[in-house]
Amino acid sequence: MKKELIKGNEAVVKAAILAGCTHYFGYPITPASEIAQAAAHYLPLIGGTFVQAESEVAAINMVYGAASAGARVLTASSSPGMSLKQEGISYLAGAELPAVLVDVMRAGPGLGNIWPEQSDYNQMVKGGGHGDYKNIVLAPNCAQEMCDMTLEAFDLADKYRCTAVLLTDGSIGQTMEPVEFPDEFRPAPYKDWAVYGDAKTQKNLISSIYMSIDALQALNRRLQQKYAEIELKEQKWEDFMTDDAELVVVAYGITSRVAQNAIEELRAEGRKVGMLRPKTLFPFPKKRLAEIAQTAKVFLAAEMSAGQMIDDVKLAIECKRPVEFYGTCGGSIPTVEDIKNSIMAAYKKRIG
Amino acid sequence: MEPSTITVKKGKPEAIYDTFERKAGKDKLTTHYCPGCGHGRVHKLVAEALSDFGLTDKTIFISPVGCSVFAYYYMNTGNVQAPHGRAPAVGTGLCRVRPDSVVISYQGDGDLAAIGTAEIIHAANRGENMMVIFVNNAIYGMTGGQMAPTTMVGQKTQTTPRGRTVMNEGHPIRMAELISGLEAPVYVERCAVTDTKNIMKTRKAIRKAVQLQAEKKGFSFIEILSACPTGWKMTPKDSIKWIQDNLEPYFKLGTIKDVSAEREPMIKPVPTNDAEAIYSALGLQKGKTKASTDRAIGEKRIKIAGFGGQGALTAGVMLANAGMNDGLHVSWIPSYGPEMRGGTANCSVVISDRRIGSPVFESPNVLIAMNGPSLDAFEADVTAGGTIIVNSSIVERKVKRSDVKVICAPLTDLAADLGIKAAANSVAIGVYLGHEKVFERERIYDVLKTSLKKKEALALNIQAVDAGYAFAQGK
Repeated sequence: MKKELIKGNEAVVKAAILAGCTHYFGYPITPASEIAQAAAHYLPLIGGTFVQAESEVAAINMVYGAASAGARVLTASSSPGMSLKQEGISYLAGAELPAVLVDVMRAGPGLGNIWPEQSDYNQMVKGGGHGDYKNIVLAPNCAQEMCDMTLEAFDLADKYRCTAVLLTDGSIGQTMEPVEFPDEFRPAPYKDWAVYGDAKTQKNLISSIYMSIDALQALNRRLQQKYAEIELKEQKWEDFMTDDAELVVVAYGITSRVAQNAIEELRAEGRKVGMLRPKTLFPFPKKRLAEIAQTAKVFLAAEMSAGQMIDDVKLAIECKRPVEFYGTCGGSIPTVEDIKNSIMAAYKKRIG
Repeated sequence: MEPSTITVKKGKPEAIYDTFERKAGKDKLTTHYCPGCGHGRVHKLVAEALSDFGLTDKTIFISPVGCSVFAYYYMNTGNVQAPHGRAPAVGTGLCRVRPDSVVISYQGDGDLAAIGTAEIIHAANRGENMMVIFVNNAIYGMTGGQMAPTTMVGQKTQTTPRGRTVMNEGHPIRMAELISGLEAPVYVERCAVTDTKNIMKTRKAIRKAVQLQAEKKGFSFIEILSACPTGWKMTPKDSIKWIQDNLEPYFKLGTIKDVSAEREPMIKPVPTNDAEAIYSALGLQKGKTKASTDRAIGEKRIKIAGFGGQGALTAGVMLANAGMNDGLHVSWIPSYGPEMRGGTANCSVVISDRRIGSPVFESPNVLIAMNGPSLDAFEADVTAGGTIIVNSSIVERKVKRSDVKVICAPLTDLAADLGIKAAANSVAIGVYLGHEKVFERERIYDVLKTSLKKKEALALNIQAVDAGYAFAQGK
């Protein structure tokens, strides 16, 4: 396909439709509303359905119903809305239903404001709802990845029968960039476990309630095995000038875009710095980070939060190297100077 | 179908399993419901209607949270168990995906009238093609006999140990009346599974709702007064009398709304699998965009700002689009978050010969200030050696910076000379390209051709670009 200059938020919807998504249920919230608006525009054109739900809670439960019926289904929201959806996400996990969710993060806590932040990391990557479950979490950093990762999210969600989340922020969602959409349309696959309302699937049951400790333990074991398999097979990342880097920045989303500029400028000054950009946050790219820890001397976790992803960086390298931190809260995107300064501070402190 | 025309079948209806294999424990023949509970009767009436109409395999039955959470033990249909109160939302998802199926949301009073109030009201208001069976026994059964929204005033429960008071808990809620006040629902009835006469009325109501479902006539709501001898601490026999003496006078039985005769079936859309149609709907075009360029232009960080209506944002999109078609890396972001200042509409465009880092930047190397406030807001940010294009038709003051290239161009006047004042943004693009050839002017023409459908507007905008270009070249 020819490239289209398009906002990341809208690219999600076109990609979803090309991945066989036929249903969207959501509730308006800035800065995610463009996803709902694009879904409301495009889905009816292909015979699909857009429903503006009465609440985030209702929206995620409509997703639960549509996923139960075998559809590929999408919802999107922003931080306070995702908090409301957590009940439903836990049920989706318990019932092992596939669905794709987009969280266009904004600044919190509380109502906060619509400015970008990356402070939903813990609630989306670590669980957020009740019970021991995980979402697959993908972290796009440009409009093309908003498209590509949406396609990937539907496949992963179906493959593992779990929820897949695109964790992004207002600036990635609002930026128009060239996107090349796939040449191939892929209709939703048949799901033999779903309830289609026909004789073939009449015996199927979608539920998250278990009436014996053994049965509930078995579910939890199955879920943990699934997450272990995901950790083994699905880690994705991008290396940016890491080969000879003494200092490695770990950043995702918009922060990684700013860090790229900072690293390019420092490289021009002869500093051996690079970046490991996680493209999956669960599973976190532990393998690659552990490798890099053998050669790099220091890490810098850079994120628009008070320090959430940094814990995963430390765990991935088993604290074998110092991990410095750059964080910003309240809705300000770091400037290139901010990141450069924190890189140089870490560099001087740990390398000299 | 009138009861008199039905052939009476012996044994269980096919929509109820012969043995309850999903039920925990050894006893697979009796239900988990307490003696005298109304749920069993209601299950049987629903199952009988589905079986008689041949709809068992087309049915998706939603079990709620509450005593009927295990309805899926018994119903030989497709089964989905929903979170507390959310059954109508889950049902919405189900019936939107499977419009040919019969979707039944089966709920109790805590589930439907307390925690799930929003979901039931809005599913009803959208007229979802589902039927709701609302079993009202005026108490929370599963959690051990706490107050329900339908608990009667004076009724003692675990959480109203001295009886429900109007002062503290308000009055019992009449859901059937509430639902019937909405426009969309097609059929609302309240029944009671008490004596034979009322059970037969319940049977009739359920059959009617099932039939309306099959006919795709929309949302039906059957409220059924039902006994909870355990929760009420009464014998089954006394429970029936308690319904008659206490619930029925407050929750009046009968048809509350029926507009089924005047409603047409609602046929919901079916998604297409036609790839051609889908690509066309998405406005995607076959072919390849020029992948790269060998021209080294460096990285242009362009801030375009003006007041609303001057087309600053559109000018940015045009530049980015043209750059993309010329094989360059581009990004465009409107004023957003802390970027927003000075009351100007502005956007940040990056056009680069290499992969772009942040689309948001502090220091543009090109500023196009279409009005005074924009110059005031961004003049100081421009990098040394950068360019400031000022709309001299409007901006009265001079640029203070001496370390940047300044082009004072009468953008608005040049556009007005062509008779299209709104094209000042096209003039601005022309001035910029005349000053710095990041790509040929023709790339902008191409973008204008795809975005402007009216021939006259297209011709004038091309002239506007040319006028700006000539102005910059003449400088």
